[in-house]
Amino acid sequence: MTIPAGLRRTVLRARRDTGFLAAGVLPHLALVPVWAWAATTTARTGNWLLTVSVSAALVLLGTPVLTAVQRARYRVLIGVDVPRLTPTAPEQWTWASTARWLATTRPWRKIGYHLVLGPLLALLELLVLAVAAACLAGVIAYAWSWALPTGIRQDWFGYLTQLPAYTAAGLLLLCALPWTARTAARAEARLASGLLGPSRAQRLQERVDQLAVSRTDLIEAVDAERRRIERDLHDGTQQRLVSLAVNLGLAMATRPDLPGDAREVIARAHLEAKEAIAELDDLVRGLHPAVLEDRGLDAALSGLAARTPLPVRLRVDLEERVAPNVESVAYFVISEALSNATKRANAMRAEVIVRQVGEVLRVRVTDDGLGGADAAAGTGLAGLAKRVGSLDGAFQVSSPVGGPTTVTAELPCAR
Amino acid sequence: MRAVIAEDSVLLRVGLIKVLEMGGFQVAAEAGDAEGLLAAVAEHRPELALIDVRMPPGFTDEGVRAAMEIRRRWPGTPVVLLSQYVEERYAADLLSANTSGVGYLLKQRVADVADFVAAVRRVADGGTALDPQVVAQLLLRRDSDPFARLTPRERAVLGLMAEGRSNAGIAQALVVSESAVAKHINNIFAKLDLPVVDADHRRVLAVLRFLGASRA
Repeated sequence: MTIPAGLRRTVLRARRDTGFLAAGVLPHLALVPVWAWAATTTARTGNWLLTVSVSAALVLLGTPVLTAVQRARYRVLIGVDVPRLTPTAPEQWTWASTARWLATTRPWRKIGYHLVLGPLLALLELLVLAVAAACLAGVIAYAWSWALPTGIRQDWFGYLTQLPAYTAAGLLLLCALPWTARTAARAEARLASGLLGPSRAQRLQERVDQLAVSRTDLIEAVDAERRRIERDLHDGTQQRLVSLAVNLGLAMATRPDLPGDAREVIARAHLEAKEAIAELDDLVRGLHPAVLEDRGLDAALSGLAARTPLPVRLRVDLEERVAPNVESVAYFVISEALSNATKRANAMRAEVIVRQVGEVLRVRVTDDGLGGADAAAGTGLAGLAKRVGSLDGAFQVSSPVGGPTTVTAELPCAR
Repeated sequence: MRAVIAEDSVLLRVGLIKVLEMGGFQVAAEAGDAEGLLAAVAEHRPELALIDVRMPPGFTDEGVRAAMEIRRRWPGTPVVLLSQYVEERYAADLLSANTSGVGYLLKQRVADVADFVAAVRRVADGGTALDPQVVAQLLLRRDSDPFARLTPRERAVLGLMAEGRSNAGIAQALVVSESAVAKHINNIFAKLDLPVVDADHRRVLAVLRFLGASRA
């Protein structure tokens, strides 16, 4: 005879859940003797000082052990991992650090779980187990009665009245048993997660911290990749192009006797090689300006301002270098704003101000162009807003039609 | 004239040797990094050191530091720095002590062989050769103090002076007469309050003042 898979699964699950509930009874009752002893001894001797201190010590000692036992029970029997509190780094003992420790670990929740909730849960577990036992007994009652001598069977239970009723009730209960056991187990697991593990706020906080770290890692990885590409181009392709241009230049300088059209071909190749170098320079600098890494924002910005085809007033007020990712975002904001001013806004002049105010790096680029730039529409500006956002910075564009356009970014740069 | 070359790209090094030889230099040694360069300069005491800014192992500003070391240990050795990008800070570092016998040029200028050779010769003869891009960056912050009093034309003349050009060279670049250049230069000296001593010395002072202010 084959048992349908669904039924089999239900039976197995019910067995697992009741086993789990049964295993909970003893650990949940473990602290009952402690307070029972404390209550009776206090009642008998009146020495509450002794009993309170001894039972408190026992509870404090027992709590970690019982917590470990419960964790193992949840993990092994129903596969639920009760989340742990992330261990905090040991620090020197002060009132403040103790208060912080209490606020994050909240030991009374665990103690409450074992001391007060434990016995109640044990009662619930015993109840479910009793129901299970009763329904099993009911189910087999009718069959079992046939093993009795006929007289007892007839006199005590009646033939067709009581026993079939027991069996029917047992069967009904048996149908409800898996659900009951499951509900009880789930309720317990939820309670344990709430009381033995970190609170919801703490879990969210941990998640936020994790996300912040992984975002920083991601940004750094992207920056490192840009630097790698820049280095590859700079030390490979660019050098080859320069070498090509040098050789073409040499060819022109050393062979003035070449026929006119050959000279012209070489001259054109020479020119194109030089233009390719200039284009590659712009591209590489756009990826990651080497001088930004070597000399910092001030040096990189003076180079940028000098290359910008309009007069730029540059004021950089920095006491020390800020973090590399802040430098690079600030540089790209200014570079993009200046290129917008040149290409789109027809500006005559621009002003760049970089200032560190406390733990914020303030960047402001103003031009006297046409205005009308829209951070929502322009992909360049939207990209900048995202880059600034990646550092939790603030980005603003003020650009009324007719100008002037002001782009500001405030980047947190606490070290 | 003997020259030493420090450049980590072998391909470009070969090109540089050919260009220098064309310019009448004799390449005494070539190096791929700063250490090799210092050793070569110590050994050959060349009349010119041609140095790539970015070299192993760090690929940042090894060349600039090596050049400053050379200037410190063997004062008067003419040094030309080559870089993919010219950044005024490197130039300012190098020039802060002395402007004679110093050059700082973009790598791709080498492609214009005749101009490059002329610039290198100027440096070997104790002159200056700054890339126009460096000069543009240096001019950038001249909107305060005495430099603010210069007219745009005078600034252009000062920039070309910083590049290391002679009066004739400046006249040619700006398409004006040599006497007009001399007049501009006298105005610059007057506006920068430079004492009336011999003209060449004042030229150097003017350029130095100009470079010094860039560090403020």
